[in-house]
This record gives sequence, structure tokens and C-alpha cells, in this order.
Amino acid sequence: MTQMKQRQVQLEVLRYNPDTDTETHFQRYEVSCNEEGVVLDALNKVKETVDPTLNYRWSCHMAICGSCGMMINGEPKLSCHTFLRDYEGVIRVEPLAHFPIERDLVTAPDDFMEKLKRVKPYLIPKEKKPISEGEYKQSPAQLTKFHQYSMCINCMLCYAACPEYGLTPKFIGPAALTLAHRYNLDSRDGGRAERQEVVASAEGVWECTFVGACSEVCPAHVDPAGALQQMKISSSIDWILEHLIPGGKS
Amino acid sequence: MSRRPLVREVPPTTWFFRHPRYLRYMSREITSIFVGAYCVLLVIGLQRLAAGPVAWEGFLLALTSPGSIVFQFLALIAAVYHAATWFNATHKAMPIQIGEDFVPGKVISGAHYVAWAALSAAILHLAGVF
Amino acid sequence: MDGLNVDTISTDVAIIGAGGAGLRAAIALAKTDPALRIALISKVYPMRSHTCAAEGGAAGVIKPDDSFDLHFDDTVGGGDWLSDQDCVEYFIHEAPRELQQLEHWGCPWNREADGSVAVRPFGGMKKKRTWFAADKSGFHILHTLFQTSLRFPSITRYDEYYALDLLVDDGRCQGVTAMEMRSGQLRQFHAKAVIIAGGGAGRMFPFSTNGAIKTGDGMAMAYRAGAPLKDMEFIQYHPTGLPNTGSLLTEACRGEGGIMVNKHGRRYLQDYGMGPETPVGQPQLKTMELGPRDRVSQAYWHELQKGNTVTTKWGECVLLDMRHLGEKKINERLPLVRELASSFLGIDIVKDPVPIRPVVHYMMGGISTNTAAATPLPGLFAAGECACVSLNGANRLGSNSLVELLVFGRRAALSAIEHIQGLPAANTAALNARAEETQLRIRELFSRTDGTESLYGLRKEMMDTMEKNVGIYRTEEGLQEGVDKIHELRQRYRRVILTDRTNVFNTDLFQVLELGSMLDCAEAVTVGALARKESRGSHQRLDYVKRDDENYLRHTMVYHQGLDVPRIDYLDVVITKSPPGVRDYSGDHK
Repeated sequence: MTQMKQRQVQLEVLRYNPDTDTETHFQRYEVSCNEEGVVLDALNKVKETVDPTLNYRWSCHMAICGSCGMMINGEPKLSCHTFLRDYEGVIRVEPLAHFPIERDLVTAPDDFMEKLKRVKPYLIPKEKKPISEGEYKQSPAQLTKFHQYSMCINCMLCYAACPEYGLTPKFIGPAALTLAHRYNLDSRDGGRAERQEVVASAEGVWECTFVGACSEVCPAHVDPAGALQQMKISSSIDWILEHLIPGGKS
Repeated sequence: MSRRPLVREVPPTTWFFRHPRYLRYMSREITSIFVGAYCVLLVIGLQRLAAGPVAWEGFLLALTSPGSIVFQFLALIAAVYHAATWFNATHKAMPIQIGEDFVPGKVISGAHYVAWAALSAAILHLAGVF
Repeated sequence: MDGLNVDTISTDVAIIGAGGAGLRAAIALAKTDPALRIALISKVYPMRSHTCAAEGGAAGVIKPDDSFDLHFDDTVGGGDWLSDQDCVEYFIHEAPRELQQLEHWGCPWNREADGSVAVRPFGGMKKKRTWFAADKSGFHILHTLFQTSLRFPSITRYDEYYALDLLVDDGRCQGVTAMEMRSGQLRQFHAKAVIIAGGGAGRMFPFSTNGAIKTGDGMAMAYRAGAPLKDMEFIQYHPTGLPNTGSLLTEACRGEGGIMVNKHGRRYLQDYGMGPETPVGQPQLKTMELGPRDRVSQAYWHELQKGNTVTTKWGECVLLDMRHLGEKKINERLPLVRELASSFLGIDIVKDPVPIRPVVHYMMGGISTNTAAATPLPGLFAAGECACVSLNGANRLGSNSLVELLVFGRRAALSAIEHIQGLPAANTAALNARAEETQLRIRELFSRTDGTESLYGLRKEMMDTMEKNVGIYRTEEGLQEGVDKIHELRQRYRRVILTDRTNVFNTDLFQVLELGSMLDCAEAVTVGALARKESRGSHQRLDYVKRDDENYLRHTMVYHQGLDVPRIDYLDVVITKSPPGVRDYSGDHK
């Protein structure tokens, strides 16, 4: 590798070890890194050359696996996609907000995994068809309709940004609800009614007050805020049809 | 010897000071108080109008007091900010797809501003302003 | 860690690895027999599996101008005749059905205007048959499978459990020990069958498209339990990786019409048997930039020797030019590629060519299985990159592996179901004894006082050795040096220091264990490469430049011998209807 410019990086990292700590504390590290690198590169450098006991998740290093979400200077980010060139001075690194801390920068995502399951995020086909008859036909326009909402990498940055989730943990949350919306919009799917009970519940879209922080931090440009508002509208129309119009059904 | 996950509390009344994004959100939400208060003021005005010319003149006079003017000024700013943030966000709730493309958000928001301007012009014209 | 008792979890089938192959196997088990207890064990949450990083697509014959014979020929030729042809035959027939099944489960495949699934051209394939979902095909396949798996209550997931050792008794595989990563607790899974779908081991190289988790734990586990590793010396270099991070730029860049040029602006692939030059933006299948990955990567090496590469601050590169595709096509078909080049290199592919170089991507070799996904160890099955059936032979064609996950994931499940019928009851005392051995092994690491080796030092030496000695072109001296060095590292590994001796989510421990897996796999790679005295597919030697079908139309089988040098044996390649021929990627081929 030819010479690339290095720079000094100072990190202030939250530490917590349940074996020895009752509280969190911060630890300062300084390492030299490639100036084109990302915060994850700096963390790896710290672990390799300074402190092997620092713990965090990562894998793909290309913002597609969703492992490396953490708070960087108070903002939920993927550490593999947070460029050192955008930061000066000491960079504060903390575990993703609104999730319990397991150890150091590792959080416990159990609540999210459970909520993901509750919205029935799988295709419930409108009409059954054997494989031998080939694929369900879907036009490019029909694909476009839901495609954006299928891009979620489950990184949970939106949960860390959402103040509603922070204050009211029973809220099902942006990513899980957006996945329900993805299937609701899929022309092959007929499961909207089945998902409605969870989606339109008090813990579902109606807990959302359109802060919009989720969409601002989403690294995959899914726009969960938009998805939730769209579901509020469709839920309302359902309700009107069901309750106020004779013979109407959701 | 085993896990002890640590839960970080979110301060229930001061959480919005943690990030400029949340302060912007709260200021947007607070505008609704001013908008609501102005609606109450309009209702009172209607009631005074129904009560006869003396009551109505009294109402108009009250509106010219310094306190009233300050309130009306703040309510106007709040209403404009409220409407602008609403219009700018509306396109997310109502995507319009034509073929394989979506109508750009700016166009949808822009249409709201145009409608607002047109309605305002119509009302001002009806009121004899021009 | 307390007591010598390792808690037992009883299940019917244990699956190690929850990527495309593992999830497909779990779903197949749950659908075929809802009464089966399924334990899906993974060291990461399923969405993090490296399947998510695959970009280009998955191949299956569906268009009227295509045929199974053509897919067969492309795959066998692409594999330089090292593929077992009975396996290829099975695979190509199953492929379209598996891709249709995925569509029925909601996978957002790109479409033609008439609503049918679209296919794109891909390297080494005579016809367009690669199904794709923008340039995030692996991501969509993984998420479709994961979300579909949530429908089945009989699949019990053990997320973030690091699998350690297989439990073998009475000549059969009967389970696995694993550590719950968040607590450090050891558990043993007693199962009637085990399916390994743990992925490849590309991280043994310093520069790869692979994520951190690709450390060959599944391969090493099977290897230590007595199953042979097959054809490990065949390492695929993907021709177009980012020169700084190694991130993958999909082959679809070239499938959609991208061209590769050297520093003189010449499309150099025509100088290496892949000419004549095709018109820019009109790629012709199976030639020029759509040649097979081994040939295209090897061409880079030759250009490097000749001094024709572009010198950049990230190293010596060639250029991938996609400007002529236009912004609309790039945004529709290659949005991730545009984003990667932009954020990591600061280059907009709409306006400028992007510098790239070959990067380690895939391992054709792995745990030896037959077409039924069964290893020679009864009760142990394997599927995906960790397995070697052999479908891919000496060189894999792009877009064959995503569908390989589906075909053999399902096949492994069906084989496992067959295997567990009428099994005798397990000898739990014997299994407990095996589990305790694992516990002692871990405890020894924690209590070691005479450690002298640093984890990072050993790992760096391993990576440097692999990069230097087991590259695109290999020599006797280089390979011998590699064999000796890796062997030495395996011995020194016994004195590696575990710095962090706590229990909760101890990534120092996991990285130490992962290094052990990589060293085992690396030894199989180097030993196999040294012993194979020919050039075939992605195993190219400067001292034995020709393919030698007389002596080496066979698979290399490497058997673990503890700390000793592994034992090598050979297994003939199954040839059915295609005798070894010439791989012709020139534009004049018929």
C-alpha cells in the first residue's frame, strides 16, 4: 500500500463491564489513523494496539449488515460509515441510545427483535399459487411502490433517534412498522387486515407524533416517518369505512 | 459473573434539550398552542359580533391594545411556522406515483403553498382589502 | 464459569449459521415436518450474515432462449472441469424452482415491463440468466428468508451463540457445544443431525470483500471432527474491489456494460484470450469484461507485471469505466455501487472511472459433501460457501453461489430428515464428556499464565503469509514458505494470550477462537496448494502453468491431524457428459 496520510484521532468511549462496574464511565484513547478512514477503523486500531478489552459489533464495513450502530457525538450513526474527515477534536462514542447496554458499545436488541416479529413481516399472499405456475406478475411500477421500504438494514438507528421510543418503550417503533408497510404495499400481499391489529394499535402508528428523527438518521434512506404517516392515513380510512359507512369494510 | 444489562433513563421533561432536532420539533409543536389560542380568539370575536355593534366595537378596540398586538404578532409567526413545517412534511404522507417515478416532494409541498397563497388572496379580495 | 455441567438443549436438527443457506435449511425443515424441533445457532443476528453483502444476483434458467445444457456447460467450463458434474446437473435443475420459491416468499426481484422476472448478463455465462434485485440481491434474499423464517414457530433461534465443537459419538455427529456470547455461558445442543452453514474464511487474507465474521469457524469445526476439507486451495479473487477498503463492486457493473481499462486506456482483457474487443456499452456474453472471474483477475496481475496499472494513493489499480451507462441506468441498477465509490473514494461513477483491483472474495473449497449435502461423517451436513460439493470446481461463476445457498440449504434439510429416522437414542454421558472437553479447552485459555503470543501479531503474520505466498499466482518456494509459516503459527497459537478474561460479550475471546479457525483453514489451503502441481481455474502456478488432467482431475481432500501436518488424499472428479475441454472466452466462440 502506498503512503496515505495519517491523522491523530482522539476517542472518548463509554465503557461498562457488568463483572466490575455498577455504572458507565468514559475512557479516552488516542490513535493514528488513515485520514480517509471511518470511526470503526479508529475503534479497530484502539482494540488492536491499545485496549483489547474494548467491545463492539461490526462486520461488513459497507453499511449493509447493520451491526455497527452507535452514538457518535450524540448522533445515531453506523460507525463504518462515519468518516473521520467530518470530525475535529475528541469524538464521543457511546452505545446506541434507548437500548440496554450489555457491555461497552454492545446493546441488547431483544425488544426490537420481538417487535419485528409482531408485525408479521412476511408475505401473506393475496392468492395462493403453486411454484410450478411461475412467479406472481409484478410490474416495475408495482415494485417501485414498496421498494424503498424494503431497504431497511435493521440497524436500529431510528429507534435510537425516536424520542417516542425512548419515552414510551412499548411503542413498536419505526423500522418494524415500516416493514409492515412494505408488505402492505406489495401487490402480491393480502395480509393488511392481519397486520392491522398491531399496526393500528395504541402501540403502533398512533404512538408516533411525526418527530421525523427516524428518517433523518436512516442510513438506507427508507423514510420510516413517511411510512408511518401513510399508515395513519390508511388506518383512518379503514376505520371510517368500517364504522361510519354502512356496508363499508376495511 | 453474568449479564447485568444497564438501562439508561430518558429524562421525561427535559429530553428535548439533548439535540437541536428535538428542540425544532418542540418549537413546531408549541406553535399549536398559539394557533389554538387564536382560534379561541376568533370564536370570541364571533360571539361579540353576534352580541351587537357595541360589543363588536369593544372587541376591535381590545385587539389594538399592546398586549393584544404582541399576541397577534406571535400567533402570526407561529401560524406561518406551523403551516410551513406542515407543508414541507406533507409529501411524505402522500406519495404520488406516476409510472415508475414519484412526483418530487418539492412539487407536492409547492402546490400547498400555491393553494395557500391563492386562498389568502381570495379571502383578502372578498374582505375588500383589494 | 461454574461446575463441570454444561446445560443441555435437546433438539432434532441443529443448524450452525443463519445466512442464506442456514435460513433456507431451517425453513425447509419447518415446512417439511412442523413437528421437528429446529435450533438455528448463529454467532450474529441473522440479518448480519454476510449473505447481505452479495450484490449481483442469482442464476437460474427461465428465459426461452436459455437451456439447462447451457447453464451446465457454463458452470462446468467456468469451474475448469473440477466441478462434479452430477452435482452440477442437480443444481441447475433445482435453481429456477428455488428462485421462484423465493419470489413467492416476497423477494423483490427486478421485473421486465410485462411483470415477469428480469435477468441480467453475468460473467462466464452464455445467456442472461441472473435474477437480481437492484445491486443488493444478497441483501434482499437474506431479508426475505429471515422474514419468512419468522412464520415458523418450530424454528428456535439462538442468536449470538458462538459454536465451538461438534459432539461426535458412536461415529455420528450428535450435536454441538456453543457459548452464549452475552453471558459467556456454555451450552451443549444434543441433536440428531447437524447442518453447518457457517460461510467461508476469506478473513485469513488481509484484503477481502468479506466481513469480519467470515473466519471459517464452521469449516474448522467439521475439519477437527474428522470431516475432510476439499479443494481449499481454490480462492476466488473478485476482479473489481475498492482499492482501499476491499468492498465489493458487483460484477453487474460489467454485466450492465462497464469496461475495464489500464493506464493507457486500453481494454486489456483482449490481450488475455478474452478478445476481440466488443463495442463499448454493448457487452457480449462470456467474453471481454464478461469473462470468468479467475481470468479477469489474472489479467490484472499480468498488467501489474508489465507496468500498465494506474498508480493511485491506494495502490496499483485498473479502471472500471461506467460513465457511458448514464445516470438513469446507474441509479436504477447500480445505486449501491455509486454510493460506495462516492463515500469511500470520493468518486462519482457517473462522471469518472473508478480505480479497482482484485480482492479475495470467495472460497470454492470447504467441507466435503456429496450432492445430497452430506459429509462423510454421518449426521453432519453442510451447505453454502462452507461446503464443497463440488459445484464450483476450480472457479465459481458469479451468481451461482446465491442460488447454491438455496438449493443445498434445502437439500441438507431433506438429507437431515432422512438421516434422523429411526436413530438409536443418544448416549448422553458420552456427549456430556465431549462437552466437558470443550469447557476445559475454554477454561485453559482463561487461566493460561504462560502465554507469549499476541492475538494481533499472529493474525497479522497469518494474513501477510497468505497475501504473499498464496496469491493469484503461486510458486513452489512461495507455497512451501506458506506451508511452513502457517504450520509454525498453528503451533505458536497454543500460547496466544487472552487479554480479556471476563464473561460478558468478550470479543477478545471470540477473536482468539476465530484466529484458531482461520489458522486451521489456512493450513488446509497452503498444503493443498503446494500439493497441486498444475494450474487450474483460480489456482495458478508460475512453475506448473498447464492444466494436468491426467494427474489432477481430482479433488484435494485434507484431513486434520491435530497439531501435525494434515494428511492429503484425492478424490476423482465425477465426469458425466462433459469431458475436460478448452475454456474459450474469446468473442469467436460458438
